[in-house]
Amino acid sequence: MDIKLLNVAPTEDEKEAVDLLLGPALSGWDGGERDALTDTRVAEGGHESREDRHLLLPVLWAVQDRIGYISAPALAYISKRMTIAPAEVYGVASFYMMLATEPTPPRVLHVCEDIACKCLGSDDLIATLQERFGPEGAVSADGRSTWHRSPCLGQCDRGPAVLMMEAGLEPFTRTYAPASTATALAVLSEEEGVAGTEPSEPYQLGDPSLRLLRRIGVIDPLSLDDYRAKGGYDALRAAVSLGPAGVIREIKDSRLMGRGGAAFPTGVKWEAVAQQPARPKFLICNADESEPGTFKDRVIMEGDPCSLVESMTIAGYAMGVENGFIYLRGEYPEAERALQSAIDQAYDRGLLGDDIMGEGFTFDLEIRRGAGAYICGEETAIFNSIEGYRGEPRSKPPFPVEKGVFQKPTAINNVETLINVLDVIRRSGPGYAETGTTGSTGMKLFCLSGNIERPGVYEVPFGGTLRELIDLAGGVPDGREIQAVLLGGAAGSFVRPDELDIELSFEAVREAKTTLGSGVVMVFDDTVNMHGILQRIAQFFRNESCGQCVPCRVGTVRQQEALARLASGKPRGGVETELELIAEIGGCMRDASICGLGQAASSAVESAIDRLGVFKEGAR
Amino acid sequence: MSDPVMMMPKRMVELEVDGQTVKVFEGETILDACNKVEIDTPTLCFGETLQPKNACRVCVVEVEGARVLQPSCSRKAEAGMKVHTNSERVRASRRMVLELLASSVDLSTTSVAPEYLEAYEARPEKFGPQAPPDTHRDHHRAGHSAVTDGQLAATVYQGIKIDNELYTRDYSKCILCYKCVDACGEQWQNTFAISVAGRGFDARISTEFVVPLPESACVYCGNCIQVCPTGALMFKSEHDLREEGEWREEEQTVTTTICTYCGVGCNLELHVQDNSIVKVTSPPDHSITHGNLCIKGRFGFQHAQARDGAKK
Repeated sequence: MDIKLLNVAPTEDEKEAVDLLLGPALSGWDGGERDALTDTRVAEGGHESREDRHLLLPVLWAVQDRIGYISAPALAYISKRMTIAPAEVYGVASFYMMLATEPTPPRVLHVCEDIACKCLGSDDLIATLQERFGPEGAVSADGRSTWHRSPCLGQCDRGPAVLMMEAGLEPFTRTYAPASTATALAVLSEEEGVAGTEPSEPYQLGDPSLRLLRRIGVIDPLSLDDYRAKGGYDALRAAVSLGPAGVIREIKDSRLMGRGGAAFPTGVKWEAVAQQPARPKFLICNADESEPGTFKDRVIMEGDPCSLVESMTIAGYAMGVENGFIYLRGEYPEAERALQSAIDQAYDRGLLGDDIMGEGFTFDLEIRRGAGAYICGEETAIFNSIEGYRGEPRSKPPFPVEKGVFQKPTAINNVETLINVLDVIRRSGPGYAETGTTGSTGMKLFCLSGNIERPGVYEVPFGGTLRELIDLAGGVPDGREIQAVLLGGAAGSFVRPDELDIELSFEAVREAKTTLGSGVVMVFDDTVNMHGILQRIAQFFRNESCGQCVPCRVGTVRQQEALARLASGKPRGGVETELELIAEIGGCMRDASICGLGQAASSAVESAIDRLGVFKEGAR
Repeated sequence: MSDPVMMMPKRMVELEVDGQTVKVFEGETILDACNKVEIDTPTLCFGETLQPKNACRVCVVEVEGARVLQPSCSRKAEAGMKVHTNSERVRASRRMVLELLASSVDLSTTSVAPEYLEAYEARPEKFGPQAPPDTHRDHHRAGHSAVTDGQLAATVYQGIKIDNELYTRDYSKCILCYKCVDACGEQWQNTFAISVAGRGFDARISTEFVVPLPESACVYCGNCIQVCPTGALMFKSEHDLREEGEWREEEQTVTTTICTYCGVGCNLELHVQDNSIVKVTSPPDHSITHGNLCIKGRFGFQHAQARDGAKK
């Protein structure tokens, strides 16, 4: 393939950022010095570099991290080094929110405007920033800083949250939550000594019933020794003595269901991948936790990163998979640092790589950093993102267990699902299944946020009620009344205050026509303007749609417009007509969209209308 | 690519479409089955020479046992499948897809649009008056959008791109079917001059950094125009005649001939109006070209005429 490039050279910094990741160019053909003698006779690099297409997103990140944006010359250089047409590289770069393709200052403050932070004052924070720093995208006098709105940063237990990304020779990304106006302005003006966040400590700290959270806040997350002193890597040892088939049998006996939202039986998935004849196979941990209101995976990865590495090693062993990826959202720099440390230490101690623990099996694990796209939490979109394509979902069938990443059999599991594996091995499958209900076994993590006394991640067995859970978190502050509870995140649904006795299990919520989704329990008290919340949910889906299929691409926009008309009191053709329109749009998105994003994009909105009666006369 | 000479015998699968039993070859789609029993199915992003992208979702059908509707253009027929193409659920989704498109895109040169909109009783106007063109559309940040009051229906309208003498790109008419990208890229031309850029409602067909075509990798094969279902991509000659109000398709004749530029033997279809060639297509079912041409066959017709009237 001939590649036509803009005839402009990258800066030394841009070139260095790319070369540090890809290594030196082989010849004049892929961006190196042109050797008049050999390069005119032999073309090199084409096939080899195209096989490395999966490095495209890491390379784009390298430039973004170094310069702050991806310039046309830098993009042309990436194109040449990787033998990917520049239009395609541009298509990929422009897909992600955290990658900039227009000149941008090196320091960008991302300010969360999503629903949980809204309940905690992000609107005021944004208004003050607009007044004291300048409108969104305004550049500071020294040209170094700017700010942008951001979707959920996964800090819902301590909002309002901001995230500073600073490009340079030593790029640095850090979260500040909760961020006062003073903090946000100090960070923007590069004041020294503003403390970033520490890992969240669970309120249940010390509770002997904890299984998934038991080490969080207890051990030093950066110490493998600490992890091992608290039972770490006992499960891997036990798994090896069970043998691969034994591990899968225990998982099946445990009736462990996926915790990412779809509740698919994990044992069935693992068995299917283990039985696939094609090689190699892959394991992906879906750590692209972007569902507004969800932060459980972050709490695990920041507080007990080694447990995820151990779980994935067990999964790899059980399925005969030798390559694992953790697809981690770009908004989690603290989790990335903790996980990287856990992976590095595991390699040092022979717990990753070849011949693990002297048992003769291999498992390699690496982190792939997402770049700001909720859709990349969709399993097939992750595949495209890892492979270096736009993060657009694929049609199913074929299913991932058969043709996943690189068209090879792939097991893809959520963080919480994977760490449950340790508990299954420890207790045995049947022992694990003793906890919870018939259809939902084990412990479940819930993310409590919004107007709640003690927001945070809570671990409870399946089968309790929503009311008990809310009480455990201290209920609504200041003696206020609950107006609504959002279950399962923006793709979930609202329930009324008179529905709090609903049992928290997959089967009971399905019966009640709602969902546990990713474990979001967001509480809204009677002061919250639900119109504002719904409009933000609608805008979230509009912004996060990949744009591939019509129902979602345009439907999310029309839904947002209809909600805006209703909220502003200027409905077209009356409130009833607008509500019918929203239902019609929702029906098409649910029925005809390619993936789960579009299919669930109207779920919360429609539940607010049908269940809560928002927009009914007299409702707020 | 032409079919191999030796083929394994293909198995047939039997399914039911709207109560009729249909037999198709294994590997064929529900759409193939529908066509076989002459059930009209609307399609926009489907191209007979391209792998189905199933992005437009106007061809969805109901398959018993499936939670959501299925794109008939890409879903393979399976034995025992029970398919419904005219249920209220199917009609509602098709209608909404057409309304969503017609309210946000200029379908004035999408030839099948009037027929589809009428057949499904689509009322795109229910979303309100359309928003004016957005000159900044090519530069929207991914994942950001302005707060709307909802009074105007957002559109993809932007200025037409005329940056060369051969063809025009009017992305106000683009339904984002991905066909031009696929034809330009790995499925046919291997030029990769264009890609989908941005995301969500701001997704658009673009060269790198929106550079004009002459600065891009475009080789002017025009295979993107051949597959474009909406007229977003158009011969400059057609565009100019339309601007002058002189485009009269019903008066045009189509002459099939063989390109004389080289020995491959591509078929050309010369569309002639007033004794002038106004555009060139190629039959998609041709075993050599599958509708594809190169710049010479597609645009090298000026020597056959002098369009400014100075005939020799």
